[in-house]
Amino acid sequence: MKGISEISTVKVIRCIVCPTGCEIKAIKDPNNTITFEGYTCKRGLEYAEQEFYEPKRILTTTIRVENGFIPLIPVRTDKPILKDKLNETLMIIAQTVVDAPIKMGDILIKNVLNSGANIIASRDLGKV
Amino acid sequence: MIYDVLIIGGGVTGCCIARTLSKYDIKIALLEKEADIASGTTKANSGVVHAGYASQREYLKRDMCIKGNKMYTQAAEELKFPFQRIGSFVVALEDNQIKDLEEERNNGIQDGILGLELILDKTKIKHMEPNLTDDVVGVLHASSAGIVSPYEMTFALAENAAMNGVNFFRNHKVNRIRHQDYIFELKTQQGVFKARNVINAAGLFASKISKMVGLDYFDIMPRKGEYILFDRNAMHLNKILFPTATKVSKGILVCPTAHGNTFVGPNAQNISDKKDTTTTEAGLKEILEGARKLVPNLPNRASIRNFAGLRAIPNTYDFIIDNTDVYGFINVAGILSPGLTSCYAIAERVTEYLELLGVNMKPNEKYNPNRPKPERFKNFSKEELDQKIRKDPTWGRIICRCETIPEKEILDAIHAPVGAINVDGVKFRCRPGMGRCQGGFCRPRVMEILSRELNIPYQDITKKSEDSYFLVSKTKDELLKKSESGEAE
Amino acid sequence: MKSYKADVLVIGAGAAGLAAAIEVKKAGLKVLIIERDKELGGITLQCIHNGFGLKEFEEELTGPEYAQRFINQVLDLKIPYILDTMVIEITRDKKIYAVNNKEGLIEVSAKAIILAMGCREKTRGAINIPGFRPAGIYTAGQAQRFVNIEGYLPGNTYVILGSGDIGMIMARRLTWEGCTVKAVVEIQPYVSGLLRNQVQCLEDYDIPLITSYTVTKIHGRDRIQGVSIAKVSKDYDRIIGSERFIECDTLLLSVGLIPENELTLQAGATLSNNGGPLVDNNLETTIEGIFACGNVLQVHDLVDMVTSEAKRAGKNVVDYIQNRYDKPIKKEEKIKCVAGENINYLKPNNVNKSDIDSKIIFNFRVTYPDRRVIIQFRDENNKVIFKRKKVYVIPSEMVELEVNLKEIGVETTIKEIRIEIIPRPEVLIEED
Repeated sequence: MKGISEISTVKVIRCIVCPTGCEIKAIKDPNNTITFEGYTCKRGLEYAEQEFYEPKRILTTTIRVENGFIPLIPVRTDKPILKDKLNETLMIIAQTVVDAPIKMGDILIKNVLNSGANIIASRDLGKV
Repeated sequence: MIYDVLIIGGGVTGCCIARTLSKYDIKIALLEKEADIASGTTKANSGVVHAGYASQREYLKRDMCIKGNKMYTQAAEELKFPFQRIGSFVVALEDNQIKDLEEERNNGIQDGILGLELILDKTKIKHMEPNLTDDVVGVLHASSAGIVSPYEMTFALAENAAMNGVNFFRNHKVNRIRHQDYIFELKTQQGVFKARNVINAAGLFASKISKMVGLDYFDIMPRKGEYILFDRNAMHLNKILFPTATKVSKGILVCPTAHGNTFVGPNAQNISDKKDTTTTEAGLKEILEGARKLVPNLPNRASIRNFAGLRAIPNTYDFIIDNTDVYGFINVAGILSPGLTSCYAIAERVTEYLELLGVNMKPNEKYNPNRPKPERFKNFSKEELDQKIRKDPTWGRIICRCETIPEKEILDAIHAPVGAINVDGVKFRCRPGMGRCQGGFCRPRVMEILSRELNIPYQDITKKSEDSYFLVSKTKDELLKKSESGEAE
Repeated sequence: MKSYKADVLVIGAGAAGLAAAIEVKKAGLKVLIIERDKELGGITLQCIHNGFGLKEFEEELTGPEYAQRFINQVLDLKIPYILDTMVIEITRDKKIYAVNNKEGLIEVSAKAIILAMGCREKTRGAINIPGFRPAGIYTAGQAQRFVNIEGYLPGNTYVILGSGDIGMIMARRLTWEGCTVKAVVEIQPYVSGLLRNQVQCLEDYDIPLITSYTVTKIHGRDRIQGVSIAKVSKDYDRIIGSERFIECDTLLLSVGLIPENELTLQAGATLSNNGGPLVDNNLETTIEGIFACGNVLQVHDLVDMVTSEAKRAGKNVVDYIQNRYDKPIKKEEKIKCVAGENINYLKPNNVNKSDIDSKIIFNFRVTYPDRRVIIQFRDENNKVIFKRKKVYVIPSEMVELEVNLKEIGVETTIKEIRIEIIPRPEVLIEED
């Protein structure tokens, strides 16, 4: 339908800012300008804009540990990363092995995939 | 090596025969097709030791039951399995059922059953069992009836038999039997076993085994019975409660287990698949409805498990205990209810048959009827406990929270003769995972102990059979596999 | 026998136990923590996802980070704790017996006890799913422990029964580990966890959420090979003919949590209908000096709520030891709190008349969802004494109300407070 100038809903975003769960529509007008409809607060609009243009997520997973009290250390990205990059990031994390001891907040992978985000430890982990 | 006796089947019947024969100086082995003994009918039945009034008088099973019941006292003393003669009620809800109970009582007394009493005093009945329905009009009380943990008794039998020289082979399915020059050759995947005498105690598969030596004279049909088990704290019953019986079955019971839980069941469905131990929605509903007629206030919300067992029903509806035309081949088949009660009497009869077959039944001088009593954390006083833990710290590490089972009891279950080799084996021997959380907390720890003690990789520990694996891979392995195969996006 | 003495013994070192112990220690009392696991932190250690601590720390933390912050405080305050230790008995005179494999039998004498043992998950037996009993059926929390702590994957393809938060979070967690989640099946017509988890854990990965369906049969004798699911009616009866088969090698159950109160019962305390102990507004059980907080008392939605309840318990225990312990027991008159229309359970179960002029926190859950309602308190004569509007109530969301009874005009002559949720009469102007 490319090229046809008409008003169309290009995406429906369910707002998760609060339990109300507004359905926010991203609407494209004939000039290809995107507007949002259905939000009931400012935070909702911000959320919808972010979700539409550049959806990001905090990634929480684990990294294998050598000599640790437990075999895995829980980790997270220290800032949200692009949703599209989650799978690739998970692969890099899967290939990583770190050594105990570890302190909460330690950077285990720096600037993962040039995202500007680090993978940091979620807890202290002592040696066996 | 040629055994004097090979027993096929490690259920309660086979193990009881093995233990009984271990009194004699003969070479005995038992072959079990499953990963553990007590895996079939033995594992999922009511655990009731019947008084013996219920079967019709012309049946062998009645004699065996009455005799077997009396043999339990000594067996429980020697083998230290959970057994309590708590007594049973057959409950009449209508006046016209009383005469049936009267007849059962009279016949029972004639046949030598002790402690049979017809009670019509409702106050007295309700005093004896307060959970019973107000609709009760009378009960037949049988004080000699009891409850036993059928699988724990079977483990005890096997353990004692093994102590006295019987060899146990699990995961040994008999595929073929050759009979030549008075020697039987039993082919299993793990090799050939030879024996002069064979005892077929193969339960549901006894007719299949019998046919292997050309004896095709009976059929075994599976009859499914479903059960629901309740949390121990939810209800305390004093008595085994039966409805007044119908022709098909003793009806749906409400009954305590030897460990103080309450269970309801079984129903009775004739099925065709001898491996179909599924529970069904309709079946579970049926047993709950049936049970409510006896005990209206069942603790429905406190159910912790449902399961189904298959009874081996012979087309004769009676035990088939035969010294057959194939010399040295004894069928012990169709051991339907009251088979559990009868097992000691059955084993005695098999002993007589072997004597008739000319086996030299010289006493085994090293025979010791006593199995060491399994030590239980719960039975210790505080002082004993403190000393035990000082001597052996594994007493102080509690693995199962619901049932308070320490590591030591699990180690004992693993290292006992014919010990546990998988998670269910541990569970049925010493109860971790039997409680209300059904293994939620303790399973990883039990797996760890099994792995360490039996030197099996953690990931390869199974629930019961070889195919009942718990884990598929290590965390990250799936991702690494995908990245190698280029699936990464 | 090894013996310990403390002013306060805390049983359980999860979110509740740690927060309560810290509160007690800060007041200068001697506190001891006993924990059955091999480290401090409790179940939050395996909840490696984020979303914790918005209220307590005003930032979004993962479960382990949340736990670590409390663990660090415990270490900084030098609060003593014993790990790998199981409490086996609480006597009525507050002697506690525990065992571990290093010290043997341990006897603790304490002036007060805080119960913080948490809760456990409902299993297959509790919901009676028919079929075989193969390997491969786990509660969501068990699977979470295997994947996140023990380091093993329980299966490759999953069906998850129950759309509680743990179930949905596990759906994403397993997807992130390269597994396939075929469906999340929910018996109710609506999702039972948070919307945020529905969007970010299921919709993000196109995991189907099948509502008004339940698992009706387990297939596979040795290892689970699939499940049958069927549509249910409003009354949760299976609709004949709606059954379909989903192949999977693992079934996860996320079908609810139950407070874990074996010890509480053994100590002689009374439980209420939610499975947690009966408590007064100080979170004191029916046994003087034994308090309860966190999921052992009532299952909370958020760990922050556990923490704030635990802090409250800690403060109340301090008050107990400083003002009531070892003094002649004065017979406290109580106002009974009763669950009325659409209240599944409530806490506290009674209010001390002497506390009538202080802020009392009421927590409750409803039985069924409703919109535009009034929360109403009535006394024993059916007189309405308190009213508050609420836009919606759902069973999965615990309601918390803070009320000063004296300020709303309650007199000490009152005997009973009945809390109920009633529909709001229609009004012309939209409110709230």
